[in-house]
Amino acid sequence: MTLLSDDQKMLQETAASFLAEEGSIAKQLRHWRDIGCKDGFGHGLWKQFAELGLTGICIPESHGGLGLGATEAALVLEEIGRNLTPSPFLATAVVAARAIEGTAHADRWYAGILSGDAVLALAVDEGSRHAPEQTALEAKRQGNGFVLNGGKQFVVQGGSADMIVTVARTGGSPGETEGLTLFAVPKDTAGLNVDNLSLVDSSKAARLTFENVQLNADAVIGEVDDGWQPLTRALNAGRAGAAAELVGVASGASTMTIDYLKQRRQFGKLIGEFQALQHRAGHLYSEIEIARAAAFKAAQLLDAGDERAELYVYVAKAKAAEVASLAVREGVQMHGGIGMTDEHDIGLFMKREAVLGELFGDVYYHRERVAALSGY
Amino acid sequence: MTDLDSFRAETRKWLDANCPPEMRQPIRSEADICWGGRNWTFQSDAQRRWLEAMAERGWTVPDWPKDYGGGGLSANEARVLKEEMQRIGARPPLTSFGISMLGPALLAFGTEEQKRRYLPQIAHGEIRWCQGYSEPGAGSDLASLQTKAEDRDDHWLVNGQKVWTSYADKADWIFCLVRTSTESKQGGISFLLFDMETPGVSTKPILLISGSSPFCETFFDDVKVPKEQIVGEVNKGWDVAKYLLGHEREMISGMGLGMGGSLGAAVKPSDPMLRAEIAAFDVDALAFAAMSERFAAMWKSGEAHPASPSMMKYAGTELNKRRNELAMAAGGTEALEWEATPAARTWLRSKGNSIEGGTSEIQLNIVAKHILGLPGA
Repeated sequence: MTLLSDDQKMLQETAASFLAEEGSIAKQLRHWRDIGCKDGFGHGLWKQFAELGLTGICIPESHGGLGLGATEAALVLEEIGRNLTPSPFLATAVVAARAIEGTAHADRWYAGILSGDAVLALAVDEGSRHAPEQTALEAKRQGNGFVLNGGKQFVVQGGSADMIVTVARTGGSPGETEGLTLFAVPKDTAGLNVDNLSLVDSSKAARLTFENVQLNADAVIGEVDDGWQPLTRALNAGRAGAAAELVGVASGASTMTIDYLKQRRQFGKLIGEFQALQHRAGHLYSEIEIARAAAFKAAQLLDAGDERAELYVYVAKAKAAEVASLAVREGVQMHGGIGMTDEHDIGLFMKREAVLGELFGDVYYHRERVAALSGY
Repeated sequence: MTDLDSFRAETRKWLDANCPPEMRQPIRSEADICWGGRNWTFQSDAQRRWLEAMAERGWTVPDWPKDYGGGGLSANEARVLKEEMQRIGARPPLTSFGISMLGPALLAFGTEEQKRRYLPQIAHGEIRWCQGYSEPGAGSDLASLQTKAEDRDDHWLVNGQKVWTSYADKADWIFCLVRTSTESKQGGISFLLFDMETPGVSTKPILLISGSSPFCETFFDDVKVPKEQIVGEVNKGWDVAKYLLGHEREMISGMGLGMGGSLGAAVKPSDPMLRAEIAAFDVDALAFAAMSERFAAMWKSGEAHPASPSMMKYAGTELNKRRNELAMAAGGTEALEWEATPAARTWLRSKGNSIEGGTSEIQLNIVAKHILGLPGA
């Protein structure tokens, strides 16, 4: 594993100060939550992401992006996680950008992502558990195009998206990886019903219903029946990104908790003096370091096109979700009663972890993938 | 082609020509490890040839300076060598506490004369070292050690007892913590080197629950040690000891990497509940492997926190214990057989991992105090 280059360190510093400053819990998450924002994030902040060039991290230089990769995206996402900043960064600038890479849809949408005007989403899940190969949403050929029928759920940013990358079945049966096709479905398409739902962390995810949605052939992203490969590319970028964001969540919760252990007094002592808490804090520190190493390893292997990338993406998502869960549970417990109040921020970390933990497959999904890929 | 690429090409060619096929087999047990030393019996001619070839290039200690028997490689070159050795499954030509513990401490604290005297012997596997740290009354509280070294003008006179001295009965020399002053606990400790054949040194192996005796009790009865065989200043040995412990913990944390590869792939669990636990373990093991790589890179570049070996030691040894628990579960009743398989012995031996070199609890204390800055730790 190589450590961060000077350029990467600069990007990390830029992202860290920008998000601590502009993306803070008070300015973003609480603000949009408390006014009942329908998108769950601020478009002004998304514009600022664009001004700093961050929305173009995964977009090739030929399209005006930075032409960087999963490692740089991870650096930004760790800071997003640390500050619980609501934004379409992961869904749009990482996952959707990867899904449409190298296709005509990139020409159509990259400019909007770069300027911070467009929001894109990915619709893959159809049940309450992530299982992309189980896609049943039907896309039937009709004339020069397709007709889509079926439903999607847990479409992150689906309610605010200008275009939804939709995984549909053009062949084969649920359970098969062949016969899947990606479609670009613009918002306001006739027959598409978008039910925008609030999640536990005040972010938004949509349930979609497709009722005889007619699409032209040029709505196809990539090749018909051959969507598994670009879908996997997008999902793995998303999983590696979610892992990095989870590391940020874990790290933010842990920092807040360690600070609390140094302030709160009981029995005439700082509670951080108690060995029972010190050892748990030490264990948590160790776990977060390991999760961060796994997340960066996955990102670096993805960027290098290494054959072990897939395995490490699964490892990273499983480990980061497990560790972030530990961090937020310890965080609330060690804060005691104040940790149960809405007024205190620590509970917000617990809520965010719950959503990120499920995104693109939970701990159990990824452990299963590790076992299967390892041949047992 | 960059310099590093051509170094890789040359290294690959040299390894292909010089690493005997027998030395490309996985290490199955303790008996396959080459420890070297005055009384070493090579397990095979291949083991001897492999050590000699590597030692001649300084590649038993690739990143030590050439003047002291090392390879003089840069951090990147050393990494390439390691990768190329891994590529063909080459065993380490030499494993020793001289390489992993004393050497780094001598490089940091030794005099020029000490470096020239001791380091080449370590690099060539000529002298096998053991570590005299723990005492019957000084385990986790190591600095309370009582083994005494009195200044007798032309020599130190050492009296006392050590315990848990790894391979003291097989070692040629010892690096030993002794008390040279009672005025201060940590500030009264010195770091001595001496020959285990010096009159007054005796050892007695300790039989472990695993049935083996890798550790000894070591007794010093009026042992005379030449004055120049002290490392660092008198009463400043604790600094050397702590520095060395960092390297020891780094080495022990390598246990978290196991023998490499997936546990699930090795044991093919048929029980679905066990399979799920093993998959969870494999995730942790692979994540830890990434951590080890990251830690090694950070340690070399100086970006690692000085106390981070404690975190690595804690995580690596706890992981290795878990690996052994799951391997026992996967082995079922067959794993209980004492002579027929090494499973039970390996499992029992692993319990010491989180005790030796500082217990897990001590490591967590260090993390809490030095990394997290928690009060009163």
